[in-house]
Amino acid sequence: MSLGPEHLIIAPILIPFFAGALMLVYDERQRRAKLTISLVAVVASLLAAVELLIRSKGSELTGNNDIGFYLLGDWAAPYGIVLVVDRLSAMMLVLTGLLALPALLYAAAGWHRQGQHFHSMFQFLLMGVNGAFLTGDLFNLFVFFEVLLAASYGLLLHGGGQLRVRGGLHYIAINLTGSLLFLIGVSLVYGASGTLNMAQLSMMVPVLPEARLPMLQAGAAIMALAFLIKAGIWPMSFWLPTAYMAGAAPVAAMFAIMTKVGVYVILRLSFLIFGAGAGASAGFGAEVLIAGGMATIAFGFLGVLASQALGRMAAHLVLVSSGTVLAAGGFVLAGGGAEILAAALFYLLSSTLAISALFLLIEPMSREDGGIAALLALTADAYGLDAREEDRQPEVGLAIPGTLTVLGLSFGACVIALAGLPPLSGFIGKIGILQGLLAGGAATPALSWAFVAILIMSGFATLVGLVRVGIQTFWATEGEPPRVLALEIAPVVALIGLLVLLTFKAEVTLGYMRDTADAVLQPKVYAEGVLGAPRAAEGEDSE
Amino acid sequence: MEMVLSAAIGVLAASGIWLLMRPRTFQVIVGLCLLSYAVNLFIFSMGRITMGAPPIMPKGGFINPAAYADPLPQALVLTAIVISFATTALFLVVLIASRGLTGTDHVDGQEREP
Repeated sequence: MSLGPEHLIIAPILIPFFAGALMLVYDERQRRAKLTISLVAVVASLLAAVELLIRSKGSELTGNNDIGFYLLGDWAAPYGIVLVVDRLSAMMLVLTGLLALPALLYAAAGWHRQGQHFHSMFQFLLMGVNGAFLTGDLFNLFVFFEVLLAASYGLLLHGGGQLRVRGGLHYIAINLTGSLLFLIGVSLVYGASGTLNMAQLSMMVPVLPEARLPMLQAGAAIMALAFLIKAGIWPMSFWLPTAYMAGAAPVAAMFAIMTKVGVYVILRLSFLIFGAGAGASAGFGAEVLIAGGMATIAFGFLGVLASQALGRMAAHLVLVSSGTVLAAGGFVLAGGGAEILAAALFYLLSSTLAISALFLLIEPMSREDGGIAALLALTADAYGLDAREEDRQPEVGLAIPGTLTVLGLSFGACVIALAGLPPLSGFIGKIGILQGLLAGGAATPALSWAFVAILIMSGFATLVGLVRVGIQTFWATEGEPPRVLALEIAPVVALIGLLVLLTFKAEVTLGYMRDTADAVLQPKVYAEGVLGAPRAAEGEDSE
Repeated sequence: MEMVLSAAIGVLAASGIWLLMRPRTFQVIVGLCLLSYAVNLFIFSMGRITMGAPPIMPKGGFINPAAYADPLPQALVLTAIVISFATTALFLVVLIASRGLTGTDHVDGQEREP
């Protein structure tokens, strides 16, 4: 069998898997080799993701929505395991790659020395995230979720220390409980419908006997609970700020995608199973998403206002971001139209990049003096790493001139993008959501206006909270500015560059999002495509 | 049979949830274990309860599927057991690390003020 281009679909899972496994055999001191492997793997999966994105754009013939399928072991679709890549999952894959590269570069400045197997765990996290975006059936979704969670447990504890262990303990307990809920939901759905394949499920829901519907809906609701815990919806979000704050900077920057995995699965399954064509259960759960999303935004921006430290503030911004997308998704599920969904996806892209940049900025901004060495010495001490390590050279590296200027400008860009002020992309996303909402059709006007109000308030609160921290850090400091390595600031600048690019190319990106939203709102194409996916053996027989 | 199984799942889940809410880390981990037993039994029962029926059909020929057990939930249970075993082991390590760092087995790392 030749390795044709159709095998590219599994590349975003296999590349990190093999890279992570390979690095386990390297000694902990060979960090340069590990870093190289890690970087190569991240770049390779990013390239694969971009290629998948270009492919899924398709052509006019396929209605700009080319769905790719990959049947593992060549089993026919509802029985075997199937990977599916469409516009939405390709976009999420690219976003993952775009976040992973800066986070890894930032870790190379010193964080990856603070514990063992950082690079392996990082790759396994990527494998889990990519797998969750690609999988086409519920049980593999569970497996990939567990892979990414297991890796995230390790990464959260990376660097050690009391705060991390305590935060990690809560995080693991919450997520283990969430996984159990996921399993209960999956088995209820299986008991009611007899399938775990998302496409087949989407076809079966409209024709399911009336008596089985309550069980299916209960299963879906319990399963959604597990994803909503991960997405950090209020009132299941109290674990999130502490956990994200406790994580090392590159880890927290990467965790920005993890809430989005929850959001992605909610969007994917809601529209696939309870979309407009689902008969009696169409729009199931839309009210919960709207109300929960709005409560999450409110909790998030109140948290931003109440936080003293930048880390806690950034963690609450994660909540604002995922709450906004969830509520917007709820409005679309209630019949809001593709325009809102397109803008919400654009907002998701922009806010995830901005939050990731902010997490990377926190540590250089709040560094007192002595560069990263002082900080690392502290954690190295806690971890028991000895000083005679060969590559213990923390102060080596190009320190940038005009540190405060660069930091200040980057921080300003993050604030503008997150608060949704005009020049940067956050504004475009928010205004798109508002426009789509006010065009009507989604829900009662009162609910729409409540969401408009809460969205604008969240932007304002973000601005107030972050500007307050900015003033304290940049205008009210005394003494020497901190020493920041070029390797630490370059990822932040790169992420902000992406935001600027997103702003300039907003028309193109929004066009892509519009087609994506249209595709998501037509689950029939997805479902029929998956179930009709041709097996390789059949193709050979006919030749 | 159904009554016994559902009662067992109920008792396991109830004790698991109660232990999960307790303030000691060891109670939490035992609670998680009990809860995962309940969930595993629950997944198993979702394949409909059959007595003494094999899950694998013989090759060829038309056979009555009702005479066989559903193999899928059994496979799911196996996967779920393996995964929850691994994550529980990991949790145990964190639990011990937390005990070592804080000197207490309270989940918050410090005793509540009396």
